[in-house]
Amino acid sequence: MIIGQYIESGVNWLTDNFSGLFDGINTGMSSLIELIEAFWTGIPFYITIALFTALALWKAGRKNAVLTLVGLVFIYFTGFWEETMQTFSLVLASAIIALAIGIPLGIWSAKNKTANSIIRPILDFMQTMPAFVYLIPAVLFFGLGTVPGAFATIIFAMPPVVRLTSLGIQQVPEDIVEATKAFGATPRQLLVKVQLPLAMPTILAGVNQTIMMSLSMVVIASMIGAKGLGEIVLQGISQLRIGLGFEGGLAVVLLAIILDRITQNLGQNQKKK
Amino acid sequence: MEKIKIEKLSLVFGKGKAKALKMLDQGKSKAEILDATGCNVAVRDANLTINEGEIFVIMGLSGSGKSTLLRCINRLINPTTGKIFVNNEEITNMSDKELLNIRRKELAMVFQHFGLLPHRTVLSNVAFGLELQGIEKDEREVKAQETIDLVGLKGYENQKVSELSGGMQQRVGLARGLANSPEVLLMDEAFSALDPLIRSQMQDELLLLQEKMQKTILFITHDLEEAIKLGDRIAIMKDGEIVQVGTSEEIITNPADDYVESFVENVDRSKIVTAGSIMFKKPKVARLKKDGPAVVLRTMRDLGLSSMPVVRTNRTFLGFVKLEDVVDLKKKEIKTIESIIRDSVMTVNPDETVEDMLPLLSKTNLPIPVVNEENHLLGVVSPTSLIAETTGKDKGEINEIIQKAIEL
Repeated sequence: MIIGQYIESGVNWLTDNFSGLFDGINTGMSSLIELIEAFWTGIPFYITIALFTALALWKAGRKNAVLTLVGLVFIYFTGFWEETMQTFSLVLASAIIALAIGIPLGIWSAKNKTANSIIRPILDFMQTMPAFVYLIPAVLFFGLGTVPGAFATIIFAMPPVVRLTSLGIQQVPEDIVEATKAFGATPRQLLVKVQLPLAMPTILAGVNQTIMMSLSMVVIASMIGAKGLGEIVLQGISQLRIGLGFEGGLAVVLLAIILDRITQNLGQNQKKK
Repeated sequence: MEKIKIEKLSLVFGKGKAKALKMLDQGKSKAEILDATGCNVAVRDANLTINEGEIFVIMGLSGSGKSTLLRCINRLINPTTGKIFVNNEEITNMSDKELLNIRRKELAMVFQHFGLLPHRTVLSNVAFGLELQGIEKDEREVKAQETIDLVGLKGYENQKVSELSGGMQQRVGLARGLANSPEVLLMDEAFSALDPLIRSQMQDELLLLQEKMQKTILFITHDLEEAIKLGDRIAIMKDGEIVQVGTSEEIITNPADDYVESFVENVDRSKIVTAGSIMFKKPKVARLKKDGPAVVLRTMRDLGLSSMPVVRTNRTFLGFVKLEDVVDLKKKEIKTIESIIRDSVMTVNPDETVEDMLPLLSKTNLPIPVVNEENHLLGVVSPTSLIAETTGKDKGEINEIIQKAIEL
């Protein structure tokens, strides 16, 4: 196929000409990931469990706190604690970068029609392209390891937060925006004092989605050498050890449920209590 | 003194505005312009002067361009052509910075659907305008508290606005506008979303507040009753054009065209039409010292009157004489009419409405004299015209009814 050839030569051209840039990104990202990973694998497991349980109790209520406690203790006893923390660190790093890029993009596309009409099809593309496909250019740019895994994860996980940020801002009632302008707000005041606070529940729904998608991608990313629970699952598949694969998978599910419950309730902390 | 002046303002939505404007100049209709260019003419050649301290109401049905015109004043919408002046400063050519300043300091706005920030408390909503100006928290909250007390929201400061009823929310909206101490309040259908009872209450309160504040208020409504109740002057808009400007009485008694007439025909005229406008001016009078019974009798017979007002030479009103008394007097050959004057007559001043005069009908069958402060006779209101005003029937019909009643 001709398109495939063009893509290939395009990616090659990028790797040839921008290797310095990719190296820079590589160094930056790997030090961020290492920092986060050093923290979560460094502290004792009981402190981590206590931290998570406290956070769940604060944000998501007693029921979810119990769920968190039980889930993490279970993971600890499967023996995959370190892998779980590696996965979690990679999710955290990818999500932070995805949000740091995605939220401003969402704001921009809400405010600017041209930006919106360019960003929207790109998001469609990013979301519908099979996730494995991102692994190939990631390897070409960054080699094997954790950083390309994070890179593929960021691309895969960014669309929801862009979309939902944009949607949240567009959904702020027109009369409130108009009233704010009528009282002499600058565009910046309008954004910071009115649009972002009112869009916050929707934006946080996007944050939740982005974190969940990061988790699902991080597991896949172990195919190109990302560390963590994905490795266990992959090992289970390649060695046909169904028990091992299942244990790894179960740990992923538990981590997913815990992260989901905590982030889902971020936006409504006042009401719950 | 004039506060706001709108000159030759037109607003066209759509592409190909140049052609649409040209057609506007040629006097083409809204529909023709829409057909030819696809442009929608929202406001057409509007000219208005709004005086300091008055409540000026712009009334029209939805789509008449009234809200759009209002938004041109603080340039939430930019007019296509024309000029707007506030305090003789031209708004229409201001830079963004000047515009922000005038929005913050001079033109506050109150919205139909309130436009409040649901995630904030009443106090911080009221202080919002001051916050945008960059005023320190303590200072702005003191000022906000003052306006909260003014609009009757005391005790609600720390509630979230989403927990308040519609009427209360609009008080917050009003307080937010007033907290900036603006010179002009732009009120866009401010009470239209409220229940009739609350609406009427808010109208009363606005009038009370206005007595204290003497702001210039530009009020938009689709409700003629509201326009009449609030407006010192009213402009009526139709299809983007201002069809008539005047006091409520001028508009009701003298509608500019069929459109305005169709609007005003359902209004309760008895509350608006005054004695001054329906009285018969300069009626024939009997002058106490100069006109004897013979002269009076001749005038009354010539004009077919059954009674006539009596005045002093300086037009001070004294009372009425009746035909039968004058005839009697002439028979007795008394030379002055002083003895037969019926002076137990209620007078009204020209500002009193038809509604005020109706009770007088039951006490007398004489015309109602209209006098000024010095008790000088200005005119008389006949019972027939009073009934005509309240029932909407014409005088011929009423005379017929009266005749039939007499025959019975």
